[in-house]
Amino acid sequence: MNWDAVFTSLRLASLTSLILLVLGIPLASWLAFSRWRGKFLVESVVALPLVLPPTVLGFYILTAMGPRSPAGRWYETLIGSPLPFTFEGLVFGSVIYSLPFAIQPMANAFAAVDRSLVEVSWTLGISRLATFFRLILPSAKNGVITALVLTFAHTMGEFGVVLMVGGNIEGVTRTVSIDIYDQVQDLNYTAASQTSLVLLVFSFTVLAIVYWLNRRSSPMFWPATRQR
Amino acid sequence: MNTSIPSLGFAIRKRFQGGFVLDVSFEMDAEPGKVLVIFGPSGSGKTTLLRCLAGLESIDRGMIRFGNEIWCETGQRLNVPPQKRRIGYVPQEYALFPHLSIRQNVEYAIPRRNRLKESAWVDQLLSVMGLIALQDSLPAAISGGQRQRVALARALARRPRLLLLDEPLSALDAPTRTVLRFELRRRLKELEVPAALVTHDWEDALALGDQMIVLSDGQLLQSGKPLDILTRPENLTVASAVGVETISPGRRLQTDRGVAEVEVNGQRLWAADTGVQGDEVYVCIRAEDVTLELGSGTRSSARNHLPGTVRAITAAGPLLRVKVDVGFEVDALVTRQAVEDLNLAVGTSVRVGIKATAIHLIPR
Repeated sequence: MNWDAVFTSLRLASLTSLILLVLGIPLASWLAFSRWRGKFLVESVVALPLVLPPTVLGFYILTAMGPRSPAGRWYETLIGSPLPFTFEGLVFGSVIYSLPFAIQPMANAFAAVDRSLVEVSWTLGISRLATFFRLILPSAKNGVITALVLTFAHTMGEFGVVLMVGGNIEGVTRTVSIDIYDQVQDLNYTAASQTSLVLLVFSFTVLAIVYWLNRRSSPMFWPATRQR
Repeated sequence: MNTSIPSLGFAIRKRFQGGFVLDVSFEMDAEPGKVLVIFGPSGSGKTTLLRCLAGLESIDRGMIRFGNEIWCETGQRLNVPPQKRRIGYVPQEYALFPHLSIRQNVEYAIPRRNRLKESAWVDQLLSVMGLIALQDSLPAAISGGQRQRVALARALARRPRLLLLDEPLSALDAPTRTVLRFELRRRLKELEVPAALVTHDWEDALALGDQMIVLSDGQLLQSGKPLDILTRPENLTVASAVGVETISPGRRLQTDRGVAEVEVNGQRLWAADTGVQGDEVYVCIRAEDVTLELGSGTRSSARNHLPGTVRAITAAGPLLRVKVDVGFEVDALVTRQAVEDLNLAVGTSVRVGIKATAIHLIPR
């Protein structure tokens, strides 16, 4: 087992989840409640990483943050080093790659909060923002947990984007999935099977937790809809 | 005008996709404890009207005024948000916050910094509503009647100036409903707050309302005291909406000293004439005003004694509804004992007795 790779993956997954929690809550609530007609365009962009091959996504992220792009140059003058093939670059790629896994469960959970509860809160004098934090967010708690867990797990298992954006630098950007690939290339099947098994058990556990949470929540948080 | 009593006034026009138009104007004094019933069949726009008053629904044109405050005035682009109207809103099914305990539901509107200071007020609300023992329960664990009281207590916690209740009894089963109807009436009377209440059930309207407006298809059809509207509907739509059992077309032949002679499908009836326009009329008779008699020669104060045949007997709660054909069909509400005493069955010949004052005429 390459514990360095495991540690890199864990660090990457934790950071990605944290960033997507902070960015995802406002974006998901906007998607859940906005009545803007062009909303479907934003929804499509958010869902893109679900269907694009990770290599395509990785390629675009790489060129977008490389020294030839304005964004890449701006980052380099700001920080002093380029973004590609660094851990920070990897975090950036992972955030984009896991966007739908964070946004969709949260947006669905926010939208599922009974509208009449929200309206009652308003009539009780509670502002829209305070209503979000006191009513919508607690009611959508399981959606937020689901988003976090899925993001974490998805980042743990990510391969294509990591390879494109991060390269394969031992202790910096070499994650578990890339480590397995290396081991197979070296015909080191014992190590590969060990690491794979760890990843398999981990992923299954995470999914089991997510489905268990949602099974428990559905009767409570999807109450009967209001009639006119 | 008395300045100490606030008045509630509105002139609302709102068009919906699909063509439905809500167009209602009304004004009344809103003294503490007074209940305005907004009555109408489903789809009449009554819930929308209540939501406009709450500020949850925008209006296309018009105004809403309470006391000397303007809540909405489309001409000045003024629309006070629901947060600032200081109303108590109780929606259908009550919408209790499922993740909060009963006590937390009630104190939801009270800012955290005032919780300590206001705890006696919350205690008082909980005890008035009989919820002290349940204050730590979750909404999912209590009965429908208890939920209604939590919703009321929660609405009252911020000391509203006007209560708005949307079908407060419709989430309850029939026996509970009858009991709670009078309990709700008592509570609304005791509160120092006027209320507007939406219902489609005329028994609710009669039991709960001091003032009533009848809506149908987005229009205000009639306003007045509930009992007056119930006994003297102004037109066919109101009559059928308030549950008048017998509505038959007829023709007024003559009026003599306030009593009209009306012909309905070959039968002559005497009805109190309240000055209906035109001679083409509908005859409205409430089933509880109809008596059944056997034989002839009955002497009673009822002006109308019509021979007929029993067509059907059906249950109506604790009573029985007897449909009698007297040339047109008349419904009578009688006790089970009466049906036994008179030996009534389908096909039996009976006489129907109706006082002239129980026959109400509306224009056709």
